[in-house]
Amino acid sequence: MNTPPLLTLGIDIGSTTAKAVLLDGDTILFQTYERHFSQVRSKTLEILEEMAVHLQGRAATVAISGSAGLGMAEAAGLPFVQEVYATGEVIRRLAPDTGTVIELGGEDAKVIFFKGGVDERMNGSCAGGTGAFIDQMAVLLDMTVEQMDEASLHHTRIYPIASRCGVFAKTDIQPLLNQGASKADVAASIYQAVVNQTITGLAQGRKIEPKVMFLGGPLYFCKGLRDRFRETLKLDDETAVFPEYGRFAVAMGAALYGRQASKAYTYDELKAALIAAGSGAAQTRDRLAPLFASQAEYDAFRARHAAATVETRDIASYAGPAWLGIDCGSTTTKLVLISEDRKILYSYYNNNKGNPVELVRARLEEIYRLCGHRIQICGSACTGYGEALIQHAFGVDEGIVETIAHFTAAKYFEPDVDFILDIGGQDIKCFQIRNGAIDSILLNEACSSGCGSFIETFARSMGYNVADFAEKGLHSTAPVNLGSRCTVFMNSSVKQSQKEGATVEDISAGLSISVVKNAIYKVIRASSPKELGEKIVVQGGTFLNDAVLRAFEQELGAPVIRPAIAGLMGAYGAALHAMRLRKSTLISPEDLHNFSHTSRSAVCNGCTNHCHLTVNLFSGGHRFVTGNQCQKGAGAATADNGLPNLYAWKRDYIAGLTPRPGARGKLGLPLALGMYELAPLWHRLFTELGFEVILSGLSTRRTYEKGQLSIPSDTACYPAKIMHGHIEQLLETGVDAIFYPCLSYNIDEHVSDNHYNCPVVAYYAELLHGNMDGLKNTTFLYPYLNINDKRLLVKTLLPAVRQLDPTIQAHALRKAVDAGFEALDDYRAAVRAQGELALQYAKENRTRVMILAGRPYHIDPEISHGIDKLACSLGFTVVSEDSVCHLIDPPHVKVLNQWTYHARLYRAAAFAAANQDVELVQLVSFGCGVDAITTDEVRAILESKGKFYTQIKIDEITNLGAVTIRLRSLLGALEERG
Amino acid sequence: MDTYYVPFTKEMAKDYTILIPTMLPMHFQMIACILRTYGYKIELLDTSGPEIAETGLKYVHNDTCYPAILVIGQLMQALTSGKYDPHKVAMVQFQTGGGCRASNYISLLRKALQKAGYGYVPVISFSVAGIEKHPGFPITVKRLHAMLYGVLYGDLLMTLVNQCRTYEVEKGAAQALADRWTERLGREMGQGGRIRYGHVRENYRAIVRDFAQLPLRKHDAVKVGVVGEIFVKYSPLGNNNLEQFLVGEDAEVVVPGLIDFCLYCVYNNILDHELLGRGQWWLYEVYKIAYRFLCKKKNDMSRVIEEDGHFTAPTPFEHTVTLGKDYIHTGVKMGEGWLLTSEMLELSESGVKNIVCTQPFGCLPNHICGKGMMKPIKERNPDVNIVAIDYDAGATKVNQENRLKLMLANARQKQEAAKA
Repeated sequence: MNTPPLLTLGIDIGSTTAKAVLLDGDTILFQTYERHFSQVRSKTLEILEEMAVHLQGRAATVAISGSAGLGMAEAAGLPFVQEVYATGEVIRRLAPDTGTVIELGGEDAKVIFFKGGVDERMNGSCAGGTGAFIDQMAVLLDMTVEQMDEASLHHTRIYPIASRCGVFAKTDIQPLLNQGASKADVAASIYQAVVNQTITGLAQGRKIEPKVMFLGGPLYFCKGLRDRFRETLKLDDETAVFPEYGRFAVAMGAALYGRQASKAYTYDELKAALIAAGSGAAQTRDRLAPLFASQAEYDAFRARHAAATVETRDIASYAGPAWLGIDCGSTTTKLVLISEDRKILYSYYNNNKGNPVELVRARLEEIYRLCGHRIQICGSACTGYGEALIQHAFGVDEGIVETIAHFTAAKYFEPDVDFILDIGGQDIKCFQIRNGAIDSILLNEACSSGCGSFIETFARSMGYNVADFAEKGLHSTAPVNLGSRCTVFMNSSVKQSQKEGATVEDISAGLSISVVKNAIYKVIRASSPKELGEKIVVQGGTFLNDAVLRAFEQELGAPVIRPAIAGLMGAYGAALHAMRLRKSTLISPEDLHNFSHTSRSAVCNGCTNHCHLTVNLFSGGHRFVTGNQCQKGAGAATADNGLPNLYAWKRDYIAGLTPRPGARGKLGLPLALGMYELAPLWHRLFTELGFEVILSGLSTRRTYEKGQLSIPSDTACYPAKIMHGHIEQLLETGVDAIFYPCLSYNIDEHVSDNHYNCPVVAYYAELLHGNMDGLKNTTFLYPYLNINDKRLLVKTLLPAVRQLDPTIQAHALRKAVDAGFEALDDYRAAVRAQGELALQYAKENRTRVMILAGRPYHIDPEISHGIDKLACSLGFTVVSEDSVCHLIDPPHVKVLNQWTYHARLYRAAAFAAANQDVELVQLVSFGCGVDAITTDEVRAILESKGKFYTQIKIDEITNLGAVTIRLRSLLGALEERG
Repeated sequence: MDTYYVPFTKEMAKDYTILIPTMLPMHFQMIACILRTYGYKIELLDTSGPEIAETGLKYVHNDTCYPAILVIGQLMQALTSGKYDPHKVAMVQFQTGGGCRASNYISLLRKALQKAGYGYVPVISFSVAGIEKHPGFPITVKRLHAMLYGVLYGDLLMTLVNQCRTYEVEKGAAQALADRWTERLGREMGQGGRIRYGHVRENYRAIVRDFAQLPLRKHDAVKVGVVGEIFVKYSPLGNNNLEQFLVGEDAEVVVPGLIDFCLYCVYNNILDHELLGRGQWWLYEVYKIAYRFLCKKKNDMSRVIEEDGHFTAPTPFEHTVTLGKDYIHTGVKMGEGWLLTSEMLELSESGVKNIVCTQPFGCLPNHICGKGMMKPIKERNPDVNIVAIDYDAGATKVNQENRLKLMLANARQKQEAAKA
């Protein structure tokens, strides 16, 4: 009998899609690309069905690839090939002249370098720039992926958006939308973020050689994304290749790989193997108790929560005064109109779909129509992210901080409330209330936004709306344990559990439990739920989800109050707050009718920050500017209000360290990390030795971009990563040598157990040396020094400086070292004196003092993003941790106090704790491992004296809107406390 | 400065149960046997499962490194299990006193205990540097000397098991043999008394002989080296059973021994003096003696392996130290520091071209000496294939294994190409 040659089948099952290619020799008989909605096995069987006709009477070798295919291949006993490897196979065969492959998949991003040693790379575990990320962003823009792509082609500018992590990107995008940036620009910016992520995260300094082959679904479908890649990598049609088989490359690779397999399958055999693979028992490991043990429990739960409600009054029949509250949140906008007896006349809750202004306008029109002449709006108040914008647009009487709005509303339901937990779309806010006033405020950091919008995005991606999705969770018998870390991680946990056969019910319940655990253990940092309080009110849109509510009560072991208007509490609180007003400035029905709003983007040239502004123009000609870091951008003549700002003072001091011509050549000092404090020492020392000392200067966004290609570890802190840009800047300047020493030990201030630098500050020079090729063309000095002993410093520094000039004598160096230390001592004494002056000023002028406590390098305007100026504009006198820590004895701490910079933090906290009108706000750089230890300790020191603890996490991009809310909440709570 | 801890008194030593989290099962079992000879009730924790990380996350700041979350989670779980009387329990934490945040695990554990209402439970700082004083648990030279043999035996067994496991005819035979030896050596050392070095060396030889007799089916397995942060490098709990996974993929695992980390710590103290003029001269002399002593001990063990001829002996530490010098200065002494870089080069030099560099997510020193050194290492050793794997409570096993599979696929392809 004559058997026809074998067919070859490759199946690639990624995190979101399934691809299959059936080859007869080199001819493609069949290919398909479909979303599998996590139904991996049934989708594979479906695909098999589709190609059944080709398999009639013929056997095929089979290989499976893809992250979601691994488990199935194992269970079915089919050959498996790793997907990057499979891609490499295909390209070597089909396009051997390729230089680099860039492949974006659902959850993975891969780069393969072919020239100069093959190197295959995948993104690390913390990376967002992938297909799933694009999907999520499209949901955020309320567009389909196709619409977003189309829109991106018409962009006029690109906004900087954090690319490292989906959560970060989201927090950047939301304010842009709220501020009225065009969707076209945002869409293109999202693509640019993906491009940047691929280049920095994966290429890590290795050159992307043409031709560049672009593979994977997102790059096949998104024209805008292709454009961004082409433009960024400076490629043309010749050097950027988007092959027709781009989506199927892995499946083809698998097919080719499968040819080596010993066993061939007929259609029936393959089908049987796949069916058998699924018949094993579903994984039961890692499951949690169901939300409800019985129907009775569920009924009791429903009945109890139905009681916490606000009565409504019919707007059509009511006549009299009314007050309006608007809560323009990050993802949703809420409006409430209340009557004289605090009943709800009108309410609205909806996703703001990226255009809150238009949404509020339409609602106001409706409200005016419903009110007719019977109801007079006597006052209005506005809160939330979009507070300022909405207030300006519609003449809202007052803007109030969210925390105050929520507290006001919670008191209506439970006058003795002692804990409020609000989980909104993006924020988690918790307030502890003591003696009728807000006692402490905790807000989630940018990194742990595992809250409402996440569930929503997930529900949608699985084809459900939030309400149905939550409903399903209530009936789960075995919720999946998804952990309580960041959203991106949760995302892959969800995917993994789907692969293990978890149902939608189990996932929904599991997500709810995760959100709750994240709030309790990560944001509130409670070790036991009992620490929260006794009379707990929960609110925010996320708590409308019964599954989340139940999970919270379960974790707490006690019932809580969820007002029926949980999602409207901010707006209701704002309305209650407005009740003291008698006459409103709210836009009149006539003006509303003629209302128009346009926005355009601009760059502020007020200072070197060059903030990206969004200028909103309203009918009647008035305008409102957002995106500015200080008042200058908004049109004010000067940025500051004359309040002392130690951050600014220190910056000026460092900027004053100018070069003096020297005979021994130009020496560059990168102004980053430890150099920020020691610059006076090294500057004077080398100037004294006869070098022209050039500091790289304060950073800008551009500085970071210049160096980002050589960063090997993406999860290091921003202050470290920006170092690469400073080196580039120095190299551009044309210095003869660059100096950044390795210092295991920092200055010993004799107040701590030890005086280390953190590993990153101590040894970053080693990393620079290994990863920045530009340094090979210059002399890079990074000696290991002891700066606590002048004699030893001379001894260890001498060989290094002699590398620059062998004629330097020891005694000359000794003199220079003395002079250097004199300069350093002067500087530090001046910082302390300035700190005292600032405190005195504050006392005399009765302003509040804010210790903006971080590290010396946090004064950099690009690292702290102008938070110091913001604090000044809010009326704080701003001092730094090192300018006040000498004023108090070191406090007792419960940790090993072994880092110089951090010991200052503890002292600064003790100082704030001991002094009225002095508040401490801790700046924490994302990725700072040491601050995982210091933050709890600083908080404990402050709270032991009843002080507020405020932490601001900063990174590459920081959403100043959120920082403003945080600082204003602090201010609001302080004022309320009196 | 900080005396805010409950010291472990001599009274407590009499009847308290001391809980120790296991990092390296064989090493720790033998060390436990030695500690028992001093009258301590030692309990090694070898629990596993997702609840450990979860308990840890409840008590420790979630941005803290994964090893702290696991170790503290494991201890807290044991304490609240009801198995022990909390008033009769003490715990041990290792502390090097280095500039990495690991030196603060002990403080984090104490905070966790306090939060949970067990502030009275003493936590013993196991530190050669003598950061704290615990009268009931003195760390004397004699004790360290005894424990040293636990480490050396452990390293020997680990080295041999790794070289056999992938090839053994009878599945599990190598580990079973190692377990038998661990028990026997533990029993032997558990009798106390003076350790005769001649006898130790006899044991070395007997062990190597035993392993040489294991029936093996030699074939071309891919060799994979594992380096990284000490806990996730060694502990199966920390690295999602990395070794088991690699063996399952028919790879031979090569893991540098624990004695190297001890030597690294000693070496750093010597260098701190030579480089930065820190520490007293006499202490410097003591460290130098200790260094030579430890090097000799390690080399004695290695020689036994070499003489037998069946297995590959570990690289002498004196040589490892020199390997990294064109890449990273030995002044990098926080975390695993320069040793991590040198071990990658050591592996490459000994023909192990595939390396897994393990670290907890966000590990500070590894930004520099792990991920930061990959580019220069690959540039100068183009045949080396390194993959960095982050371990974390939220990282999924699938993601980690997929990356390992990529490394293995490339390794096999290279092997094929070399054969052809």
